[in-house]
Amino acid sequence: MTADPSVTPSTLTLDNVRGWITSFHTLVTEQKAYLTELDSAIGDADHGTNLSRGMDAVATTLDGAAPAGIGELLKGVGMTLVSTVGGASGPLYGTFFLRFAASAGDAGTLDGEAVGTALTAGLAGVVARGKASVGDKTMVDALTPAVTAWGDAIDNGATLTDAATAARDAARLGSDSTMPLVARKGRASYLGERSAGHLDPGSVSTTLLFTALAQALP
Amino acid sequence: MKKLINAADTVVADALLGIDAAHPALRVDHEHRIIYRADTARPNKVGLVSGGGSGHEPLHGGFVGFGMLDAACAGEMFTSPTPDQMFEATTTVDRGAGVLHIIKNYTGDVMNFEMAAEMAEADTGILVESVVTHDDVAVQDSLYTAGRRGVGVTVFVEKIAGAAAEQGRDLRSVAALARRVSDSGRSMGVALTSGTVPAVGKPTFDLPDDQMELGVGIHGEPGRERVPLAGAAQIADRLLEPILADLDFTRSGTIVMLNGLGGSPLIELYVMYAEVKKILDRAGVDVARSLVGNYITSLDMAGCSVTLLAADDELITLWDAPVETPGLRWGR
Repeated sequence: MTADPSVTPSTLTLDNVRGWITSFHTLVTEQKAYLTELDSAIGDADHGTNLSRGMDAVATTLDGAAPAGIGELLKGVGMTLVSTVGGASGPLYGTFFLRFAASAGDAGTLDGEAVGTALTAGLAGVVARGKASVGDKTMVDALTPAVTAWGDAIDNGATLTDAATAARDAARLGSDSTMPLVARKGRASYLGERSAGHLDPGSVSTTLLFTALAQALP
Repeated sequence: MKKLINAADTVVADALLGIDAAHPALRVDHEHRIIYRADTARPNKVGLVSGGGSGHEPLHGGFVGFGMLDAACAGEMFTSPTPDQMFEATTTVDRGAGVLHIIKNYTGDVMNFEMAAEMAEADTGILVESVVTHDDVAVQDSLYTAGRRGVGVTVFVEKIAGAAAEQGRDLRSVAALARRVSDSGRSMGVALTSGTVPAVGKPTFDLPDDQMELGVGIHGEPGRERVPLAGAAQIADRLLEPILADLDFTRSGTIVMLNGLGGSPLIELYVMYAEVKKILDRAGVDVARSLVGNYITSLDMAGCSVTLLAADDELITLWDAPVETPGLRWGR
C-alpha cells in the first residue's frame, strides 16, 4: 500500500508536531474549567489552571521559535512545562515531551514506527518519574493503552491518521476506566475509597493530548 | 468569594511584594519567587532550602532567617514550585557545605525537588541531601497510597535542622537529624469548612454546617471521614487518638503544636489546646514545649491540626536555640 503523502500523511512532520502542540493548547484552554472541576472532586482543584498556564507559556515560546527538528521543538515544550506548571503535571508532562524529544533527535520527520518509539520513550519517562502502574488511577491509565494502540495500528499497516485515531480512542477508554478505581498514587490516593466514582483528571488531559495528535494528522 | 486580593492570578506575586516590604531581614527574588535571608550565612554553613505550594503561610517563607531556612521557593497556590526555582535557590545558598532540601511528601513536590537535585548534581556538583516529611496519620502508609502527607512536622524539621546547621554541623549530620525529627512526629487535622482557592472562586468541597472533615489535608483535599460536628473536647480526642496509637510519646519529652488552618480564630485554638493538654496529661505524655497559632495553613479553611514530636534532650536543646524569622523568633 503506497499512500499519497498529499492525501494521507505517511510521516509526522515538523508542521504536524507544531499543529499537535497548538491543538493541545487549544483543547486544554477549552477544557480548563472541566479539568479543574474533576480535580476538585479528588485532588486540589488546579489541574486545568496549571496545565493551561503551562501551555500558554509553550505557545508564547513556540511563537518566536524556528526549531530545526522535532527533537528541538519538543524539548522546548518539555522544558517550558517543567519550569511553568509545577505540581505533578509539570514534571510528568515535561518528562513525556523531553523523552519524546530525545528519541526523535534531529529528525525533521518521523515515520509511524519512529513515532511509536518516541511515544514509548515518553511513557517510560512518565512511569519512571511518577512510579505509577496501570490501574493506579493516573494519567498512565490513558497513556499506556494509547501508546500500545499506536504501535499496534502501525504494525498492522495503518496510516498515521488511523493510528492517531486509534490512540485517541484507546486513551479515552483508558481514562473512562479510571472512574471506578480507588486511587493509589497522587493526591487522590489520600481519599481512599472515596476516590472511586470520579475520573482521574490526568487521564482526561492525556486523552486531550491524543485528541490533539489526531487533529494534527487529518 | 470575598478576599483581600487584586486579582486571583496575582495573589502569589502580590504577597511576595508584601513579604519583601514587611521584612527587611528577608530578600525576595521576584523573578524566581524565592525568599532568601537578606544577610549572608557564613561560609561552610549547610544551606537549608524548602518550598511548596503557596497558601500555607507562614510556611515556608515565614521560616526563612537565622536558625531556620536559607531559602524558600513559593509555588502557585497549592502547587509545588518548579525545579528551576529549587535549582536557583540551591546554587544561591550553597556556601560550600552542601544543601538540604526539606520536602513535604506530595507527589508533585517530591518530583520537582528530585528534578532540581538531579540538575544541581549534574550541572554544579553541589551536594544535595533531602528529607521528605510524612507525618499525617490520617493517611494509611502503604503500597496503595502515595504515603503519608507531610504536614506539621515540617515546621519542627525546619527549626531543628536549622539550629543544627547554624551550629556548623555537616550536611550528612544535619540531614540525618532532619530525618530523625521527621520520623519522630505525627499529625492529624480537622476541617470545619473548606478553603477557597482564589482562581477557583468557590470552596474546594462542600461541608454542611453540622459536619466536619476528619483527617483533612492542607490543600483543601477532603479527608478520609466526614462526621457530625462535635465539641472541642471530642474533637481533641478524635485528633489525638490515632496519633497516640501510632507512636509512643511517653518515653521522652514531647513538643506539641496546635496549629490553625487559617480560618479559625486564635481563641478557638486555645480552647482546643486546653483539651489537647488534658488528654496528653491523662495519657502520661510530658509536654516539654508547646506552640499554639497559625504555622501551616490551608488558605481560609476553618479547623486545626495537632502535631506531636517525640523529643529527646538534643532535639529540645535545638528547639530552644535562637531563631529569628517572621514566623518564629526567640532567644536572640
